[in-house]
Amino acid sequence: MSLQVTTCASLDEAGRALSASQTAKYLGGGTLVMRWVNEGDQSFNEIVRTTDSAAQRIDISGERVTLGAGVTMAMVAEHRDLVFLAPAARSVGGPAIRTMATVGGNLFAHHPYGDFTTALLALDAEVTMAGGQTQPLETLLAQRDRAGLVMSVTVNRPRNPSDFRFSKVARVKPKGISVLSIAALLPQQGGAISGARIAYGAMAPTPVRMPSVEQALEGARLDAAGVSSALARATDGLDPPTDPIATGWYRQEVAPVHLRRLLLGDSA
Amino acid sequence: MSKKPLQFIHNGRAEAVFVEDGQNLLDVLRREVGDLTAKYGCGQGACGTCTILVDGQPQLSCLTLAETVEGKSVETTGGMMDGSELHPLQAAFMDHFAAQCGYCTPGMLMAANALLRQNPNPSRDEVVEAIGGNICRCTGYQPIIDAILEAAGKMSQRRYG
Repeated sequence: MSLQVTTCASLDEAGRALSASQTAKYLGGGTLVMRWVNEGDQSFNEIVRTTDSAAQRIDISGERVTLGAGVTMAMVAEHRDLVFLAPAARSVGGPAIRTMATVGGNLFAHHPYGDFTTALLALDAEVTMAGGQTQPLETLLAQRDRAGLVMSVTVNRPRNPSDFRFSKVARVKPKGISVLSIAALLPQQGGAISGARIAYGAMAPTPVRMPSVEQALEGARLDAAGVSSALARATDGLDPPTDPIATGWYRQEVAPVHLRRLLLGDSA
Repeated sequence: MSKKPLQFIHNGRAEAVFVEDGQNLLDVLRREVGDLTAKYGCGQGACGTCTILVDGQPQLSCLTLAETVEGKSVETTGGMMDGSELHPLQAAFMDHFAAQCGYCTPGMLMAANALLRQNPNPSRDEVVEAIGGNICRCTGYQPIIDAILEAAGKMSQRRYG
Protein backbone atom coordinates (compact mmCIF):
# COMPACT_ATOMS: atom_id res chain seq x y z
CA MET A 1 0.00 0.00 0.00
CA SER A 2 1.45 3.37 -0.93
CA LEU A 3 1.69 6.09 1.65
CA GLN A 4 0.59 9.67 1.16
CA VAL A 5 1.87 12.61 3.22
CA THR A 6 -0.47 15.58 3.63
CA THR A 7 1.22 18.72 4.96
CA CYS A 8 -1.12 21.34 6.40
CA ALA A 9 -0.38 24.99 7.10
CA SER A 10 -2.48 25.11 10.28
CA LEU A 11 -3.45 22.83 13.13
CA ASP A 12 -7.14 23.31 12.33
CA GLU A 13 -6.55 22.23 8.75
CA ALA A 14 -4.60 19.21 9.99
CA GLY A 15 -7.45 18.37 12.38
CA ARG A 16 -9.93 18.43 9.52
CA ALA A 17 -7.67 16.32 7.32
CA LEU A 18 -7.26 13.79 10.09
CA SER A 19 -10.97 13.53 10.85
CA ALA A 20 -11.79 13.21 7.14
CA SER A 21 -9.84 9.99 6.85
CA GLN A 22 -10.31 6.67 8.60
CA THR A 23 -6.81 5.54 7.68
CA ALA A 24 -4.65 8.57 8.47
CA LYS A 25 -2.13 9.01 11.27
CA TYR A 26 -0.94 12.35 12.58
CA LEU A 27 2.81 12.82 12.59
CA GLY A 28 4.18 14.93 15.44
CA GLY A 29 7.86 14.28 16.11
CA GLY A 30 7.88 10.99 14.21
CA THR A 31 8.98 8.68 17.01
CA LEU A 32 5.72 6.71 16.90
CA VAL A 33 4.46 7.02 13.33
CA MET A 34 7.80 6.59 11.54
CA ARG A 35 8.43 3.50 13.60
CA TRP A 36 5.20 2.04 12.25
CA VAL A 37 6.20 3.09 8.73
CA ASN A 38 9.57 1.35 9.13
CA GLU A 39 7.80 -1.77 10.37
CA GLY A 40 5.64 -1.80 7.24
CA ASP A 41 2.40 -1.20 9.12
CA GLN A 42 -0.39 -1.45 6.54
CA SER A 43 -3.18 -0.19 8.80
CA PHE A 44 -2.82 3.40 7.57
CA ASN A 45 -2.08 4.91 4.17
CA GLU A 46 -1.89 8.61 4.95
CA ILE A 47 0.30 10.73 7.21
CA VAL A 48 -1.02 14.16 8.20
CA ARG A 49 1.39 16.76 9.52
CA THR A 50 1.46 20.51 10.05
CA THR A 51 4.05 23.25 9.71
CA ASP A 52 2.04 25.50 12.08
CA SER A 53 4.49 27.02 14.58
CA ALA A 54 1.63 27.40 17.08
CA ALA A 55 1.99 23.68 17.76
CA GLN A 56 5.34 24.40 19.42
CA ARG A 57 4.19 27.30 21.59
CA ILE A 58 4.67 27.34 25.36
CA ASP A 59 2.37 29.82 27.13
CA ILE A 60 2.78 30.54 30.81
CA SER A 61 0.16 32.76 32.38
CA GLY A 62 0.21 32.96 36.16
CA GLU A 63 -0.10 29.42 37.43
CA ARG A 64 -1.37 28.04 34.11
CA VAL A 65 1.08 26.40 31.75
CA THR A 66 -0.04 25.52 28.23
CA LEU A 67 2.15 23.29 26.12
CA GLY A 68 1.48 23.07 22.40
CA ALA A 69 1.15 19.47 21.24
CA GLY A 70 4.29 19.88 19.14
CA VAL A 71 6.44 21.03 22.06
CA THR A 72 9.29 18.55 22.39
CA MET A 73 10.66 16.89 25.49
CA ALA A 74 13.92 18.81 24.92
CA MET A 75 12.03 22.11 24.92
CA VAL A 76 10.32 21.23 28.21
CA ALA A 77 13.56 20.01 29.79
CA GLU A 78 15.39 23.23 28.91
CA HIS A 79 12.67 25.74 29.78
CA ARG A 80 13.54 27.80 32.84
CA ASP A 81 9.91 28.02 34.03
CA LEU A 82 9.19 24.31 33.61
CA VAL A 83 11.72 22.98 36.07
CA PHE A 84 9.03 20.93 37.80
CA LEU A 85 8.37 19.03 34.55
CA ALA A 86 12.02 18.62 33.54
CA PRO A 87 12.62 15.25 35.28
CA ALA A 88 9.63 13.74 33.48
CA ALA A 89 10.76 15.18 30.13
CA ARG A 90 14.33 13.94 30.65
CA SER A 91 13.05 10.46 31.46
CA VAL A 92 11.93 10.07 27.84
CA GLY A 93 14.64 8.39 25.73
CA GLY A 94 18.07 9.81 24.96
CA PRO A 95 18.81 13.33 23.67
CA ALA A 96 17.98 12.46 20.04
CA ILE A 97 14.56 11.09 20.99
CA ARG A 98 13.89 14.11 23.22
CA THR A 99 14.63 16.47 20.31
CA MET A 100 11.86 14.75 18.39
CA ALA A 101 9.29 13.35 20.85
CA THR A 102 6.38 15.69 21.48
CA VAL A 103 3.95 16.35 24.29
CA GLY A 104 1.05 15.43 22.02
CA GLY A 105 2.68 12.23 20.86
CA ASN A 106 3.38 11.09 24.39
CA LEU A 107 -0.38 11.16 25.11
CA PHE A 108 -0.79 8.46 22.47
CA ALA A 109 2.29 6.38 23.23
CA HIS A 110 1.29 2.79 23.90
CA HIS A 111 2.23 0.84 27.00
CA PRO A 112 4.86 0.83 28.46
CA TYR A 113 5.67 4.29 27.08
CA GLY A 114 3.99 7.55 28.06
CA ASP A 115 5.96 8.55 31.16
CA PHE A 116 5.52 12.27 30.49
CA THR A 117 1.77 11.75 30.30
CA THR A 118 1.92 10.23 33.78
CA ALA A 119 3.32 13.53 35.05
CA LEU A 120 0.64 15.52 33.23
CA LEU A 121 -2.04 13.30 34.73
CA ALA A 122 -0.91 14.10 38.28
CA LEU A 123 -1.10 17.80 37.42
CA ASP A 124 -4.81 17.62 36.47
CA ALA A 125 -4.00 18.28 32.83
CA GLU A 126 -6.68 19.54 30.50
CA VAL A 127 -6.42 18.82 26.78
CA THR A 128 -7.54 21.22 24.05
CA MET A 129 -8.43 19.58 20.77
CA ALA A 130 -8.08 21.13 17.32
CA GLY A 131 -11.44 22.87 17.00
CA GLY A 132 -11.24 24.28 20.52
CA GLN A 133 -13.11 21.79 22.71
CA THR A 134 -11.43 20.87 25.98
CA GLN A 135 -11.49 17.75 28.10
CA PRO A 136 -9.65 16.31 31.09
CA LEU A 137 -6.61 14.24 30.13
CA GLU A 138 -8.19 11.24 31.85
CA THR A 139 -11.16 11.44 29.47
CA LEU A 140 -8.88 11.56 26.45
CA LEU A 141 -6.86 8.58 27.66
CA ALA A 142 -10.02 6.53 28.15
CA GLN A 143 -10.90 6.91 24.46
CA ARG A 144 -7.66 7.93 22.81
CA ASP A 145 -7.98 5.52 19.91
CA ARG A 146 -10.97 7.55 18.76
CA ALA A 147 -9.59 10.97 19.73
CA GLY A 148 -8.97 13.65 17.15
CA LEU A 149 -6.01 15.98 16.95
CA VAL A 150 -4.71 17.44 20.21
CA MET A 151 -3.75 21.10 19.98
CA SER A 152 -2.35 21.72 23.47
CA VAL A 153 -2.21 20.53 27.07
CA THR A 154 -2.70 22.82 30.05
CA VAL A 155 -1.58 22.16 33.62
CA ASN A 156 -1.44 24.14 36.83
CA ARG A 157 2.07 24.91 37.93
CA PRO A 158 2.64 23.60 41.49
CA ARG A 159 2.72 26.47 43.99
CA ASN A 160 5.80 24.93 45.54
CA PRO A 161 8.02 23.08 43.01
CA SER A 162 8.97 20.50 45.65
CA ASP A 163 5.28 19.53 45.92
CA PHE A 164 5.62 17.72 42.60
CA ARG A 165 7.66 14.55 42.37
CA PHE A 166 8.34 12.14 39.54
CA SER A 167 10.10 8.81 39.40
CA LYS A 168 10.75 6.41 36.54
CA VAL A 169 11.83 2.88 37.35
CA ALA A 170 13.83 1.11 34.62
CA ARG A 171 16.19 -1.85 34.62
CA VAL A 172 18.67 -0.34 32.16
CA LYS A 173 20.86 2.61 33.17
CA PRO A 174 20.99 5.41 32.37
CA LYS A 175 17.95 4.99 30.12
CA GLY A 176 15.51 2.17 29.79
CA ILE A 177 11.86 1.46 29.20
CA SER A 178 9.59 1.81 32.22
CA VAL A 179 8.92 -0.95 34.66
CA LEU A 180 6.70 1.78 36.00
CA SER A 181 6.67 5.54 36.48
CA ILE A 182 5.04 7.47 39.28
CA ALA A 183 4.06 11.13 39.52
CA ALA A 184 2.86 12.69 42.75
CA LEU A 185 1.52 16.14 43.56
CA LEU A 186 1.68 16.57 47.33
CA PRO A 187 0.61 20.06 48.42
CA GLN A 188 0.68 20.51 52.19
CA GLN A 189 -1.20 22.76 54.59
CA GLY A 190 -0.02 22.91 58.16
CA GLY A 191 2.13 19.84 57.62
CA ALA A 192 -0.75 17.73 56.26
CA ILE A 193 -1.28 16.75 52.63
CA SER A 194 -4.18 18.50 50.96
CA GLY A 195 -5.20 17.80 47.37
CA ALA A 196 -2.86 14.88 46.59
CA ARG A 197 -2.63 13.54 43.07
CA ILE A 198 -0.97 10.22 42.28
CA ALA A 199 -0.55 8.77 38.79
CA TYR A 200 1.17 5.66 37.48
CA GLY A 201 2.65 4.89 34.09
CA ALA A 202 3.08 1.33 32.73
CA MET A 203 0.77 -0.09 35.40
CA ALA A 204 -2.25 -0.24 33.07
CA PRO A 205 -2.85 0.04 29.33
CA THR A 206 -2.64 3.83 29.69
CA PRO A 207 -1.26 6.04 32.48
CA VAL A 208 -3.78 6.08 35.34
CA ARG A 209 -4.72 8.21 38.34
CA MET A 210 -4.94 6.41 41.70
CA PRO A 211 -7.91 7.94 43.56
CA SER A 212 -7.77 5.42 46.40
CA VAL A 213 -4.15 6.32 47.14
CA GLU A 214 -4.97 10.01 46.87
CA GLN A 215 -7.81 9.64 49.39
CA ALA A 216 -5.57 7.77 51.79
CA LEU A 217 -3.00 10.57 51.60
CA GLU A 218 -5.54 13.30 52.26
CA GLY A 219 -4.75 14.90 55.62
CA ALA A 220 -1.79 12.58 56.19
CA ARG A 221 1.73 13.62 57.07
CA LEU A 222 4.66 12.75 54.84
CA ASP A 223 6.26 10.27 57.20
CA ALA A 224 6.31 6.48 57.48
CA ALA A 225 3.18 6.31 59.64
CA GLY A 226 1.34 8.92 57.61
CA VAL A 227 1.73 7.18 54.25
CA SER A 228 1.23 3.58 55.45
CA SER A 229 -2.47 3.55 54.58
CA ALA A 230 -1.76 4.89 51.10
CA LEU A 231 0.95 2.27 50.52
CA ALA A 232 -1.50 -0.47 51.50
CA ARG A 233 -3.71 0.71 48.63
CA ALA A 234 -0.83 1.30 46.22
CA THR A 235 -2.11 -1.11 43.57
CA ASP A 236 -5.85 -1.09 44.35
CA GLY A 237 -7.84 -2.06 41.28
CA LEU A 238 -4.81 -2.51 39.05
CA ASP A 239 -3.97 -5.47 36.85
CA PRO A 240 -0.63 -4.37 35.40
CA PRO A 241 0.30 -5.64 31.93
CA THR A 242 3.02 -8.20 31.32
CA ASP A 243 5.58 -7.35 28.65
CA PRO A 244 9.26 -8.04 27.91
CA ILE A 245 10.27 -5.43 30.51
CA ALA A 246 8.40 -6.92 33.49
CA THR A 247 5.57 -9.23 34.40
CA GLY A 248 2.35 -7.83 35.76
CA TRP A 249 3.07 -9.67 39.01
CA TYR A 250 6.46 -7.96 39.33
CA ARG A 251 4.99 -4.53 38.68
CA GLN A 252 2.31 -5.20 41.30
CA GLU A 253 4.94 -6.23 43.86
CA VAL A 254 7.37 -3.37 43.36
CA ALA A 255 4.92 -0.50 42.91
CA PRO A 256 4.41 0.03 46.68
CA VAL A 257 8.18 0.04 47.23
CA HIS A 258 8.75 2.74 44.64
CA LEU A 259 5.73 4.73 45.79
CA ARG A 260 7.16 4.72 49.32
CA ARG A 261 10.53 5.90 48.03
CA LEU A 262 8.90 8.70 46.07
CA LEU A 263 6.80 9.83 49.03
CA LEU A 264 9.48 9.56 51.71
CA GLY A 265 12.73 9.93 49.79
CA ASP A 266 15.01 7.50 47.98
CA SER A 267 16.50 5.95 51.08
CA ALA A 268 13.12 5.12 52.65
CA MET B 1 4.45 6.37 -6.26
CA SER B 2 4.80 10.15 -6.47
CA LYS B 3 8.05 11.86 -5.56
CA LYS B 4 8.57 15.26 -3.97
CA PRO B 5 11.53 17.61 -4.33
CA LEU B 6 13.56 18.14 -1.16
CA GLN B 7 16.35 20.65 -0.64
CA PHE B 8 18.54 20.79 2.43
CA ILE B 9 22.11 21.49 3.50
CA HIS B 10 24.08 18.27 3.82
CA ASN B 11 27.37 18.64 5.70
CA GLY B 12 27.57 22.26 4.59
CA ARG B 13 26.67 21.66 0.93
CA ALA B 14 23.34 22.32 -0.75
CA GLU B 15 21.60 19.08 -1.69
CA ALA B 16 18.53 18.61 -3.87
CA VAL B 17 16.85 15.22 -4.20
CA PHE B 18 13.47 13.66 -4.86
CA VAL B 19 11.90 11.69 -2.03
CA GLU B 20 8.95 9.33 -1.80
CA ASP B 21 6.02 10.01 0.52
CA GLY B 22 6.84 8.47 3.86
CA GLN B 23 10.53 7.95 3.12
CA ASN B 24 12.73 8.43 6.14
CA LEU B 25 15.78 10.67 6.17
CA LEU B 26 18.24 7.84 6.75
CA ASP B 27 17.04 6.15 3.59
CA VAL B 28 17.37 9.41 1.66
CA LEU B 29 20.89 10.02 2.95
CA ARG B 30 22.03 6.53 2.05
CA ARG B 31 20.17 5.95 -1.25
CA GLU B 32 19.68 9.39 -2.76
CA VAL B 33 22.63 11.36 -1.36
CA GLY B 34 25.11 8.49 -1.15
CA ASP B 35 26.20 9.27 2.40
CA LEU B 36 26.57 5.83 3.99
CA THR B 37 27.99 7.01 7.32
CA ALA B 38 24.70 6.93 9.27
CA LYS B 39 23.68 3.30 9.83
CA TYR B 40 20.35 1.51 9.93
CA GLY B 41 20.03 -0.44 13.16
CA CYS B 42 16.62 -1.06 14.69
CA GLY B 43 14.35 1.34 12.80
CA GLN B 44 12.51 1.89 16.07
CA GLY B 45 14.48 4.59 17.86
CA ALA B 46 16.10 2.17 20.26
CA CYS B 47 19.72 1.86 19.10
CA GLY B 48 20.82 5.37 18.07
CA THR B 49 23.22 4.34 15.32
CA CYS B 50 21.38 6.53 12.79
CA THR B 51 21.86 9.66 14.93
CA ILE B 52 22.51 12.80 12.89
CA LEU B 53 22.28 16.52 13.63
CA VAL B 54 19.44 18.61 12.25
CA ASP B 55 20.12 22.31 12.72
CA GLY B 56 22.69 21.27 15.30
CA GLN B 57 20.34 19.10 17.36
CA PRO B 58 20.61 15.31 17.56
CA GLN B 59 17.84 13.39 15.81
CA LEU B 60 17.29 9.82 14.76
CA SER B 61 17.33 9.84 10.98
CA CYS B 62 15.41 6.55 10.72
CA LEU B 63 12.46 8.19 12.52
CA THR B 64 12.70 11.51 10.69
CA LEU B 65 10.28 11.97 7.81
CA ALA B 66 12.63 13.17 5.08
CA GLU B 67 10.53 16.11 3.94
CA THR B 68 10.60 17.65 7.44
CA VAL B 69 14.23 18.73 6.90
CA GLU B 70 13.36 20.99 3.95
CA GLY B 71 15.74 23.98 4.13
CA LYS B 72 17.50 22.68 7.22
CA SER B 73 21.10 21.75 7.96
CA VAL B 74 21.75 18.01 8.20
CA GLU B 75 25.10 16.82 9.53
CA THR B 76 26.42 13.28 9.56
CA THR B 77 29.67 11.66 10.61
CA GLY B 78 30.72 12.00 6.98
CA GLY B 79 31.10 15.73 7.50
CA MET B 80 33.17 15.64 10.68
CA MET B 81 36.65 15.54 9.15
CA ASP B 82 38.42 18.78 8.34
CA GLY B 83 40.01 17.94 5.01
CA SER B 84 42.22 14.94 5.75
CA GLU B 85 42.32 15.68 9.48
CA LEU B 86 40.15 13.64 11.78
CA HIS B 87 37.79 15.45 14.13
CA PRO B 88 39.15 15.31 17.72
CA LEU B 89 36.29 12.95 18.60
CA GLN B 90 37.20 10.59 15.78
CA ALA B 91 40.89 10.67 16.78
CA ALA B 92 40.02 10.02 20.42
CA PHE B 93 37.78 7.08 19.45
CA MET B 94 40.77 5.57 17.61
CA ASP B 95 43.18 6.24 20.45
CA HIS B 96 40.87 4.67 23.04
CA PHE B 97 39.80 1.69 20.92
CA ALA B 98 36.28 3.01 21.32
CA ALA B 99 35.09 1.09 18.27
CA GLN B 100 35.10 -2.66 17.98
CA CYS B 101 32.57 -3.78 15.39
CA GLY B 102 32.03 -0.08 14.65
CA TYR B 103 28.33 -0.26 13.98
CA CYS B 104 27.36 2.11 16.79
CA THR B 105 30.26 4.49 16.10
CA PRO B 106 28.55 6.97 13.71
CA GLY B 107 25.69 7.46 16.17
CA MET B 108 28.02 7.70 19.14
CA LEU B 109 30.14 10.31 17.36
CA MET B 110 27.14 12.44 16.47
CA ALA B 111 25.63 12.16 19.96
CA ALA B 112 29.00 13.22 21.39
CA ASN B 113 29.33 15.96 18.79
CA ALA B 114 25.97 17.41 19.84
CA LEU B 115 26.96 17.24 23.50
CA LEU B 116 30.30 19.03 23.06
CA ARG B 117 28.70 21.85 21.08
CA GLN B 118 26.27 22.53 23.91
CA ASN B 119 28.58 21.66 26.77
CA PRO B 120 32.31 21.84 25.92
CA ASN B 121 33.40 20.58 29.33
CA PRO B 122 31.02 17.79 30.29
CA SER B 123 31.29 15.64 33.37
CA ARG B 124 31.45 11.87 33.05
CA ASP B 125 27.78 11.67 34.09
CA GLU B 126 26.82 14.18 31.42
CA VAL B 127 28.64 12.10 28.79
CA VAL B 128 26.79 8.99 29.97
CA GLU B 129 23.50 10.88 29.72
CA ALA B 130 24.37 12.19 26.24
CA ILE B 131 24.98 8.70 24.83
CA GLY B 132 22.10 7.20 26.83
CA GLY B 133 20.13 6.63 23.62
CA ASN B 134 22.98 4.86 21.81
CA ILE B 135 23.61 1.17 22.23
CA CYS B 136 27.05 -0.47 21.94
CA ARG B 137 27.23 -4.25 22.24
CA CYS B 138 31.04 -4.53 22.05
CA THR B 139 33.00 -2.05 24.12
CA GLY B 140 31.19 -1.90 27.44
CA TYR B 141 30.93 1.88 26.90
CA GLN B 142 33.93 2.85 29.06
CA PRO B 143 36.35 3.45 26.13
CA ILE B 144 33.67 5.51 24.41
CA ILE B 145 33.12 7.66 27.48
CA ASP B 146 36.89 8.04 27.97
CA ALA B 147 37.30 9.06 24.33
CA ILE B 148 34.59 11.72 24.53
CA LEU B 149 36.07 13.17 27.70
CA GLU B 150 39.55 13.25 26.14
CA ALA B 151 38.22 14.91 22.99
CA ALA B 152 36.45 17.50 25.13
CA GLY B 153 39.72 18.26 26.90
CA LYS B 154 41.67 18.56 23.64
CA MET B 155 39.02 20.74 22.03
CA SER B 156 39.05 23.03 25.07
CA GLN B 157 42.86 23.26 24.89
CA ARG B 158 42.62 24.25 21.23
CA ARG B 159 39.99 26.83 22.08
CA TYR B 160 41.80 28.38 25.02
CA GLY B 161 45.37 27.15 24.62
